[in-house]
Amino acid sequence: MATELEKGVAVAPGVADPMLPELYRIERVGRETGDTFTLELEPLYGGRALSFGAGQFTMLYAFGVGEVPISISGDPTRPGRLVHTIRDVGTVTHALAALKKGDTVGVRGPFGICWPVEDAEGGDLVLIPGGIGLAPLRPALYHVLAHRDRYNRVFVLYGARTPQDLLYHRELQRWRSHLDVEVAVTVDRASAAWHGNVGVVTTLIPRAAFDPTRTTAMICGPEVMMRFVALELQKREVAPENIHISMERNMKCAIGFCGHCQFGPTFICKDGPVFRYDRVSGFLGIREV
Amino acid sequence: MPGLTTAPDTRNGGAVVVERADLQHLLTALQRRGYTVVGPTVREGAIVYDHLSTVEDLPIGWTDEQDGGTYRLKRRGDDAVFGYAVGPYSWKRFLFPPVQRLWQATREDGSFTIQAEAEPAPRYAFIGVRSCELQAIAVQDKVFMGGHYTDPGYQARREGLFVVAANCMVAGGTCFCVSMGTGPAVSAGYDLALTEILEGESHYFVMEVGSELGAAVLAVVPHRAAGETDVERAHRVVACTAEHMGRSMETAGIRDLLIDNYEHPNWQQVADRCLSCGNCTMVCPTCFCTNTEDVTDLTGTTAERRRVWDSCFTTSFSYLHGGSVRQTVKSRYRQWMTHKLATWFDQFGTSGCVGCGRCITWCPVGIDITAEVRAMREDGAATRDHEEDGDAHA
Amino acid sequence: MRTHEHEVAEQAFLRGLSARHLAQIAEYVSDVRFPAGEFVFREGEEAGLFYIITRGRIALEIYGPGRGPIPIATLHEGDALGWSWLFPPYRWHFDARTLEASAALAFDAPRLRALCDADHDLGYDLMQRFAQTITQRLQATRMQLLDVYGDHTGSRSRQLRNGGVRHGD
Repeated sequence: MATELEKGVAVAPGVADPMLPELYRIERVGRETGDTFTLELEPLYGGRALSFGAGQFTMLYAFGVGEVPISISGDPTRPGRLVHTIRDVGTVTHALAALKKGDTVGVRGPFGICWPVEDAEGGDLVLIPGGIGLAPLRPALYHVLAHRDRYNRVFVLYGARTPQDLLYHRELQRWRSHLDVEVAVTVDRASAAWHGNVGVVTTLIPRAAFDPTRTTAMICGPEVMMRFVALELQKREVAPENIHISMERNMKCAIGFCGHCQFGPTFICKDGPVFRYDRVSGFLGIREV
Repeated sequence: MPGLTTAPDTRNGGAVVVERADLQHLLTALQRRGYTVVGPTVREGAIVYDHLSTVEDLPIGWTDEQDGGTYRLKRRGDDAVFGYAVGPYSWKRFLFPPVQRLWQATREDGSFTIQAEAEPAPRYAFIGVRSCELQAIAVQDKVFMGGHYTDPGYQARREGLFVVAANCMVAGGTCFCVSMGTGPAVSAGYDLALTEILEGESHYFVMEVGSELGAAVLAVVPHRAAGETDVERAHRVVACTAEHMGRSMETAGIRDLLIDNYEHPNWQQVADRCLSCGNCTMVCPTCFCTNTEDVTDLTGTTAERRRVWDSCFTTSFSYLHGGSVRQTVKSRYRQWMTHKLATWFDQFGTSGCVGCGRCITWCPVGIDITAEVRAMREDGAATRDHEEDGDAHA
Repeated sequence: MRTHEHEVAEQAFLRGLSARHLAQIAEYVSDVRFPAGEFVFREGEEAGLFYIITRGRIALEIYGPGRGPIPIATLHEGDALGWSWLFPPYRWHFDARTLEASAALAFDAPRLRALCDADHDLGYDLMQRFAQTITQRLQATRMQLLDVYGDHTGSRSRQLRNGGVRHGD
């Protein structure tokens, strides 16, 4: 029997097919940086806005091209438009970058484990985004600002490649002007027109006056960056159980069936993408896991 | 019905005897109930699983000789129907097809719509499922139906399934179900289970009923009650098979052994031999990794999403912006083996290996996971106290 | 010269130095201030002073023709600025320019070197502090060089972007 395409089977009524996308219409396209843009989506046929937790992601489908996992970067406390900030870096994201207001995309989700914003209550909170890592962390910050009295001191330590790669400029200014959020920004390289900090994001940590004995840290960025930030936090005596990172791997199904996103014993799609650092630090240290 | 003396017990658990000559009635009964009957058949020098029309399609009088990187069919001296071990196919290709369309999408009015599949699931009857294969189906049940999400296609095919299991009368050269605790006797998950007896002039099957459905099907197949001799012969067949396993896997502490030795030099030794061809993943009855493909027609009006079998041995499997995470053969072989034998426990609570030996037989260079585990144990493997292991799942 | 013993003792960079050693080095320190945008030192100049920043922000820069001044690192209150004075040829390797009005404690470098030569205990202590600062800066610089946020795809991998999406075979 040669391998032929088999048609799938009908799903029993009332049973959800987790591989079937919902249709959403693009209501707004915003340009963030040279290669990054934000889509604001609403369900094509109306209905409830998708409710999600900070740190979760969806699989976005561009017709005929494919799917890609993208973190939700909107406000989880006010579900309205579904917001995704996307970097044009591959075939599918390139196709999404070509879409305009009014176009349709497919959405599956939300998937994944959230940032532990509730567990962090009562202490200091340090958010450390790197590059586009601010997009998956922004929902956590929205949640915190909506419940500001539940947290002690709140820090956002943001590192990016260049000033042109900083996301959400206006919001950064707004958060800075909040008297109760301490925002520090640094870039790896800049021209003289930049009057802010130049240096890797770890250089912001020694000067952030959080209390390491009661701090929750959430790091999101390239894996190398998360590793050295975690190390720096531990130098400040933040316990590894209080450090959380968001991992990435190749993802095809987002529901634990395709096997691609395995990282040691975990599936990034359903055991992550947010992980407690001490639970994965062993595998982070092994190459090609 | 001819040959009936006492009314045989065809309720669950009772054993009966079906004569070899009457085996066709079983297939016919299943076909009449609308099942697509699938089972072993000889093709291109191997025993594969395909649609069966009659008993003549079965590999009557054939056996297989298997070893690392070796598979040959040989004629038996008798007409045993199930006188071989397992071939390159496993039943997963029916429950979990290699290429499957998930849905279609059609462009219209500046937007597009998605059409779910409408075909009802096929109803398969599997003939001759071995214990290791039943265990493999149970392992895949956990993957596709045992977690937060269910694969509706797998579930639908699984629910319609009728299983005629077969207790092995031959131990394969690469089999190690005994050390894995997965056979050779079938224990659960079947509707009917047969043990083939060839004794002198006699040729019959001792048939056990495993479900009400099995009893109902058996009721229309000529049979007689099984006597003590019959049952004893059946036990002896299985016991003999158990004594002739080709390989064995030392399973004590295997999960920790592999988790603690990701940097063991043995991995490079295997990698020096491994071709990264992925045969092992294709023949393994529990491997479940897939890829999704999105295709369109030439006009770009219709799109399809397909799910296809994939293998962790491909370089693109672990692709992440910038390159693959597992670039070396060593890391990919390590991924496969540690998943199969170790992290599967973390994920699904059981081993991913059922001891069928296919990966050893079908590896072009004969890499033997039982030998690799042994080598790791003997070559100063690291050990570590696992009491403080947190659960990596949140 | 007024001694700034009190101010010197307060500096985190010198925390743990014995009172005697503090008093010794405080003899060779002065208080300096800079308005915003002024050079603290220039590349190539003689490195005669060692600074601990007490207020403001100072950028280390290097100038490239056609590229203008390129900021490399930003130093803040409490940071030690400059170590080219430790070893010959005692010349600054970069420009240092204030980003805002700043102040610093400036130590006479040749006198500090003489103190270290005469008293090896002081010398060992100070060298340890500098070694640690240099190590931290080196690690940070290496991380900067990694360009972790950059897009590292090459043309070969363009086919496989986004993992395995293939158009119909």
